[in-house]
Amino acid sequence: MIRLENICRDFQVGDQVVHALDHVDLEIQPGEYISVMGPSGSGKSTLLNLLGLLDKPTSGNYWLNDADVSSMGDNALAEQRQQNIGFIFQSFHLIPRLNALENVELPMLLAGAPVAARRERAREVLESVGLGTRLHHRPDQLSGGERQRVAIGRAIVMKPGLLMADEPTGNLDSRSGEEVIEILEQLNRDGISLMVVTHDREIGRRARRHLTLHDGKIVRDEDTPSQ
Amino acid sequence: MKAFDTSRLAFQAIRRYPLRTSMMLLSVAIGVAAVVLLTGVGEGARRYVSGEFAALGTHLIVVLPGKSETAGAGGTGTIIGATARDLTLDDAMAIERSPRIAQVAPIVVGSGNASWREREREITVLGTTTAMLDVQHWTLQLGRFLPDIDMDVATPVCVMGSVVRDEFFGNTSPLGQWLRIGDTRCRVIGVLSQGGITGPFNTDELVILPIASAQQLFNAPGVFRILAEAVSQESMEPARRDIIEIVKARHQGEEDITVVTQDAVLSTFESIFSMITIGLAGIAAISLIVAGVLIMNVMLVAVSQRTKEIGLLRALGAKQRHIVALFLTEAVYLSFLGALLGLILGNVGSMLLSLVFPFLDFTAPTWAMAAAVGIAVTSGLLFSILPARRAARLDPVLALAGR
Repeated sequence: MIRLENICRDFQVGDQVVHALDHVDLEIQPGEYISVMGPSGSGKSTLLNLLGLLDKPTSGNYWLNDADVSSMGDNALAEQRQQNIGFIFQSFHLIPRLNALENVELPMLLAGAPVAARRERAREVLESVGLGTRLHHRPDQLSGGERQRVAIGRAIVMKPGLLMADEPTGNLDSRSGEEVIEILEQLNRDGISLMVVTHDREIGRRARRHLTLHDGKIVRDEDTPSQ
Repeated sequence: MKAFDTSRLAFQAIRRYPLRTSMMLLSVAIGVAAVVLLTGVGEGARRYVSGEFAALGTHLIVVLPGKSETAGAGGTGTIIGATARDLTLDDAMAIERSPRIAQVAPIVVGSGNASWREREREITVLGTTTAMLDVQHWTLQLGRFLPDIDMDVATPVCVMGSVVRDEFFGNTSPLGQWLRIGDTRCRVIGVLSQGGITGPFNTDELVILPIASAQQLFNAPGVFRILAEAVSQESMEPARRDIIEIVKARHQGEEDITVVTQDAVLSTFESIFSMITIGLAGIAAISLIVAGVLIMNVMLVAVSQRTKEIGLLRALGAKQRHIVALFLTEAVYLSFLGALLGLILGNVGSMLLSLVFPFLDFTAPTWAMAAAVGIAVTSGLLFSILPARRAARLDPVLALAGR
């Protein structure tokens, strides 16, 4: 599903070049559940942004569903993000003036879907994350866990193949965090590929495949045999 | 993204920042209101003047000495008045004999010192004939107008305007009193109704003498103007040619007069006032450009306020042109709503002005309102292109991090 070949991502900081990703090779199969761990500045976020097509590599090739996305232009990348990738952020990134339903509809709205179709799909998705009774609440009327569940709804509303979660439980108490992780794992069991970037070892351990980054390199890539 | 959704998202953004929105609305509204008010004033003045002219009747032909065009081919290029021979009472009488001319009122104008008992003041003296009353549509408040005598006969009578009457005679009747003007005396036989400025004169401040008397007073044989009234609207042009031929024949074949019809004067005034109105509108329109600069500033702030949101939309699959469309739509909404508010303010303002000056109509012309709205929206749109493009070009990763 995903193949990275010799990916480098350099940043210019002052007159120094920082190698945020340093010749990374990686393959991800459909339906995998991967955690990415590592200290701050190890390149976790850069890897996530690259895989999520928000950022472009300085060199190397990225194949997504057999398409070479590293040579794509801005519009094509936007379409790839829209169709294939769902993002979940630490700080939710909900639009405060829109209610839960409208926030979830947003990707479909950007894709130009008709109102009736997206209303129905958004309702269905929100029900699946347990927010069937909170459809018309705005983010400031929802708890942290509920907000992140709205964000998950938004990430899956376009039925993408890959979910990218960047510290999804970072702003949540442990109980809401647990709920959110369970929802994500259920989605993974239903077939979606899930990549979770986290500092939390407990959460990291739950994945079937663990990547550890250090100074822009993947230093460990191991599977948990007993899930 | 569908246009409807774009405009809905943009509208929601407008409602989210009420202070910013109201400031932008106000700046655009002031510009539009200024255009509406100033063109309204210009148009009101134009309508007033042309209305006054129309009240004089459209059959009026004004003859003045001197040719206001360069002389024909081979001429030395005569400028106004350079070869002017005076118009005379004989010219006026000759014109009056034309079958296409209903009546003729020659006039002379000068100033003189008038006194009655111990009261004395400088006044404007108008010498004319009895036809003037009809030609200028004047009415009398007291007594009668100049007697119907031959133009070249001087009689010691006068008619005065209401201000002159008040200043000399107060509430007592001036009829039959002897007013001294310069070296002569005349008996007051009438007072004009109060009329303010009608036509070329402020009739309230005039003392009117028979033309021959005025010529004697000023010791000048010439005539300042000859006002002639054609028998009908259709005979205006032949009457004009008649006058030129008659005077030319009397002036040894030299065409040394200028004949102006009411229409020509009116259209000159109309074009002058239109220019003034357009000038005022232009000045007011500058404030709309200033409003545009403010819109740009506010939109730039909006872009930095909403950086994270832009990053999110990009992550969710928004293309650069979607972001551009969102911000441009927002700016168009703001400037259009501001323009509507300005139209309301401007029209309320011109209604208030019309209450203060009831004889003037300050309604702005439709073209000015349409142009004001058009300029406001265009300037809002143009000045938002830069902020919108800046928003679209934000790096999604940095934008999501709020940087």
